[in-house]
Formats: sequence, structure tokens, C-alpha cells
Amino acid sequence: MSTATTPTAAEAELAVQSRQAETKSLGYWAGVFKRVRRDPVTIVCGALLLLMLLAIVFAPLIAPHDPYQGSMIRRLRGIGTLGYPLGTDELGRDIVTRLLYGGRLSWFMGIVPVIFAFVIGTTLGVTAGFMGGKVNMAIMRTTDIFYAFPSVLLAVAISGALGAGIFNAILALTLVFIPQIIRVAESVTQGVRNLDFVDAARASGASGFTIVRVHVLGNVLGPIFVYATGLISVCMILSSGLSFLGLGTKPPEPEWGLMLNTLRTAIYVQPWVAVLPGACIFVTSICFNLLSDGLRQAMDVKG
Amino acid sequence: MILYLLRRIVYAIPIALAVGFVCFMLVQIAPGDPINAIVPPDAPADVVEQVRKDYGLDKPLPVQFALWLSKVVVGDLGRSLATGRPVWSDLRTAIANTLTLAFTASSLGFILGCVLGGLAGTFRGTFIDRTAVGVAVAGVSVPHYWLGMVMVVIFSVQLNWLPAMGAGPGGSSDWAWDWDHMKHLVLPAVTLSVIPMGIVTRTVRGIVAEIMNQEFITALRGKGLTRSGVFFHVVKNAAPNALAVMGLQLGYLMGGSILVETVFSWPGTGLLLNSAIFQRDLPVLQGTILVLAMFFVALNLLVDLVQTALDPRIKRA
Repeated sequence: MSTATTPTAAEAELAVQSRQAETKSLGYWAGVFKRVRRDPVTIVCGALLLLMLLAIVFAPLIAPHDPYQGSMIRRLRGIGTLGYPLGTDELGRDIVTRLLYGGRLSWFMGIVPVIFAFVIGTTLGVTAGFMGGKVNMAIMRTTDIFYAFPSVLLAVAISGALGAGIFNAILALTLVFIPQIIRVAESVTQGVRNLDFVDAARASGASGFTIVRVHVLGNVLGPIFVYATGLISVCMILSSGLSFLGLGTKPPEPEWGLMLNTLRTAIYVQPWVAVLPGACIFVTSICFNLLSDGLRQAMDVKG
Repeated sequence: MILYLLRRIVYAIPIALAVGFVCFMLVQIAPGDPINAIVPPDAPADVVEQVRKDYGLDKPLPVQFALWLSKVVVGDLGRSLATGRPVWSDLRTAIANTLTLAFTASSLGFILGCVLGGLAGTFRGTFIDRTAVGVAVAGVSVPHYWLGMVMVVIFSVQLNWLPAMGAGPGGSSDWAWDWDHMKHLVLPAVTLSVIPMGIVTRTVRGIVAEIMNQEFITALRGKGLTRSGVFFHVVKNAAPNALAVMGLQLGYLMGGSILVETVFSWPGTGLLLNSAIFQRDLPVLQGTILVLAMFFVALNLLVDLVQTALDPRIKRA
């Protein structure tokens, strides 16, 4: 009688096994997603960034004023002015509108150099790590040279020599981040290269290119990607910094760093309006940083 | 050990040469003919050619590099196009001022970072740990030029406690260790210190937590060693790595202080670079970057050597 309702020991064992199999069969990305879901900080940061992204993409729809249209009679209004909730800048342009439009360039210049550096740095780093020998020597010693410059100095030096402009700033920042990504890519590739399954693939006659494509890339892209997401925060601070120095975007283009630069003269008139663009950079940068930390933990990347 | 020292020093030479080459190339990648920076645009063609010859600009690039290098190694960085003075004469005071700022800031950041990181690593998972980690993340994520502006708003504009600009009374650029000068240093140094503070906190937390998990700490505790006794062992083990991070941070701040120097009009290398960029004064730009980068190379070398000397576990052949 009782055997019908309560499971036998064997059945219980089976149930445990199948449950274990269930958790095991969960894919890598499902596991990552599950861990991210349990991490409130990462969720909040991701949500905030998504919200900001939507706001700057749909800036033309939600911005209350024209970002370029100023007025001499309403310059430097304070926070809470009717119709201009965050005040106006030194040319009488609405701060809310300028911040919304400004986010577009700030985000663009914070992300694009990292993407370029990710593609180029991964290619060179994986090549160096996988090929070893003279190729490794050539790539890594060149990297050492760029490592001999502090990153801010290198960015300022290159964009200072080339002159102001968005393109030059992006070029300078890309050059700053390529060596950093090469180092990470090279070291993780070397770690993977010595594993048994690579030897097995080679023994079965796979070409070097196939081994990299099938066996190496899948194992190294994750860590490099996580490292690159961490660079977005740095890149945003640096690119806005270049604009702050007058080396990135040029007026009257709205950009957070440049806004901070032009509003700096108003620091005695409207101090709290003047620091608003920097607050935007800070929030974005800290969110990207925490998101990257969350991803690192969820994806179980060491270092 | 001696062999390692020698090898490390010898290895720094090609790096220094390559850094010199990159600095040399900065002028070459600059848009326009470098000759236009020397002669006025309406100069007659034969004068332009003469100047080109005098400056060696008609020779092939490798020869130009060799010529430039032979001058640089004896300390001749050329003359400023804007002032006509030798680059080195302006650079000397600027470097001293930047060093004052960077050293104060990195010491401050290092002390704060060690305290925060040490506490966080010892009391992992507690409220102290979470606070320290939060402060560290904020420290590395904050655009420090903005933090500088906020500091000015609070302490200069609102409270009127500290000066917002310059390095001394009356805009003097000569530094002295008296209160009149030092109160100019407070805001820029605190602003600049948040970066090393964040990084040192993270590093020290990691190192301390790792050491605390090792068996010898449990063994020491088991032997009945007091808390302060264990603390001494932790410091001894953490110091070499922490010092290495600190050394590199000083180098980063030397090169990275341009933004903070611009905010506070601190008369250092950053302000010099800033004006050189906007006056298209390429010799000053090149000279400043060269000296800062060389300083960084030397510091890297020094950190490596000190770390090897301090930590007997590092055996480098």
C-alpha cells in the first residue's frame, strides 16, 4: 500500500539524478542570465543605462526645446525655472534638451573606440597568443611601447598633435585601448592554447585557422568582452575629458564634456547648473563599471 | 638577482628609444608641413627653403630622428615657438609643480586606499566591506575634472574656504611649503587622489583577502598570535604588491593630471601641454610628453626593481 504513495529509494535517487541533470543541462548563457537575475546592482545599472539609451535615442521626441536655439535674454537661469526645469546655459539654451542631445555624442565616443579596439586588439592578441614565437615577440614588444605612456597622456598627445575633432579623438582613444586589449587577449589565448582539446584538434589534422575559429575564439571572447565592457567607463571619462579640454567635439555641438567646459565660466553665477553635465558622465560611467563587474562575476571570469 | 637587475635595465633602453620615436612622430603626424610652425605663412620661398635646411627638415625621416635624438639626450628639447625660450626652461618649473601635486595626491590616495582596502579585506562581506567597495567604484568611475568643479563649487564658491585657482598667492607659479601655497594644493590634490584611492582600495582588498585565506594565517592564529601580530604578517606579505601599484599610480597621475590642472589652473605640465596644444606649439608639446613618458618608463623600472628586492618570493632569472 505504502509503496504506491511514497517513492522507493530507487525512485528518489532517480528523481535527484534527473534534477541534477536538469541543472547541468542548463546552457552556459542560461546560467549567466540566472546569476545576473539574482544580482540587484547589475539589474538596476542595466535598467538605468537602458533608460538613458532610450532617452538619448528618442531625444528629438522628448526634448522640450531646440538644442542649438539660444536666447540672450534668458541666459544662465537657475534650476527650477518655469519651462526650463534644469535652467539654461551661457547662451540661453535649455539644459534638459542639451543633456539629452549631448548624451548621443558622449555615448558614441565612449563606446565606439572600445568596439574598434576590441576588434583590432582581439585579432592581434589572439594571433600573438596562438602563433607564439617571432609574431608574438613583434606584437607584444610594440604593445610595450604604448604601455610606456600613461593612458591620459597618450590620448592627449595623439589628439593634441592631430588637432581637435571627433574623428581624431576616436582615433586617439582607439589607439589607447588597443594595447590593453591585446595584453588580455594574448594572455587568455596562451592559457587556452596549452589545453588538451587544442592538442587533440591539432592531432586530428585541423588547420591553425580552424583551431582558432572553433576552439580558441569561443573560449577567449568572453573574458576579453568582459574586460572591454569595463573599458567603456574609462573611455567615456576620457572622451568627455578630451572634449572638456577642447580636443574632442567642437561647439555648438552638445556633448557632456564640452558642456562642462563652456559652463565652467558660469561657476560663480549658476554653480549647480554648471556641474550637471558631469553628473551625467558620472552616473553613466559608474553604471557601466558596475555592469561590467556584475558580468565578470556572472560569467565567472577571473582577474 | 644582479643578472636580473642588469637585464631589466638593458631591456628599458629599447623601450625608452621607442618612446622617443613615438614622441618624434607626434610632430610628423600633426597636420600641415612642420615648417609652417616655424616660418610665417607669407615668407618668401627661398627663406622657407633656407630654414628647412637649417632645421634639417630636408633630410629623410630616419636622419631627422637621429639628429633630434642627439640633441634630446644632451637635454636640448628645442625652443618654444610661442615664447622663443628653450622648452626645458619652462618645463622645469612645470614638472616640479606637477610632481608636488601628483606626489601629494598619490600619497593621500595610497593611505586612504590602504586603510579602506585593508578593512574591507579583513572584514569581508560586512557593512564595512560594502562601503569600501562602493567608495572604490565611485573613485574609479568619477570624472575627476568634474569632481574638481564640484569641489570648487562647494569649498570656494559656497563656503569660500579655499582658493579655486593657481598654486600660490597672486598667481605665482613658484612653489613653497607654507600655508599660503598649501591651501592652493588642497583641492587639486584631494580631487586627483580619488583615482589612486579607488584603485589601491580594490587591489589591497584583494591582496588582503587572499592572504587572510591562506593557511599560515590560520596557523599563526592557532599559535595564539594576537590580532596585531597577525596584522604585521599580513602587511609584510601585502606590501610589495601594494607598493608596486602605488608607484605606477604616481606615474599615471604625473601624466594624467592635465585635466585637473586645467580645472584649477595649476601651473604644471598639464597646463603647459594645454596651452601648447592650442597655440600649436609643437616643440613644447613634444618635449613635455617626452619627459613625462620617460619619467613613467623610469618609474616602471624602479617599481620592478624595488618589488624584486622586497619580495624574496619573486625569483626572476
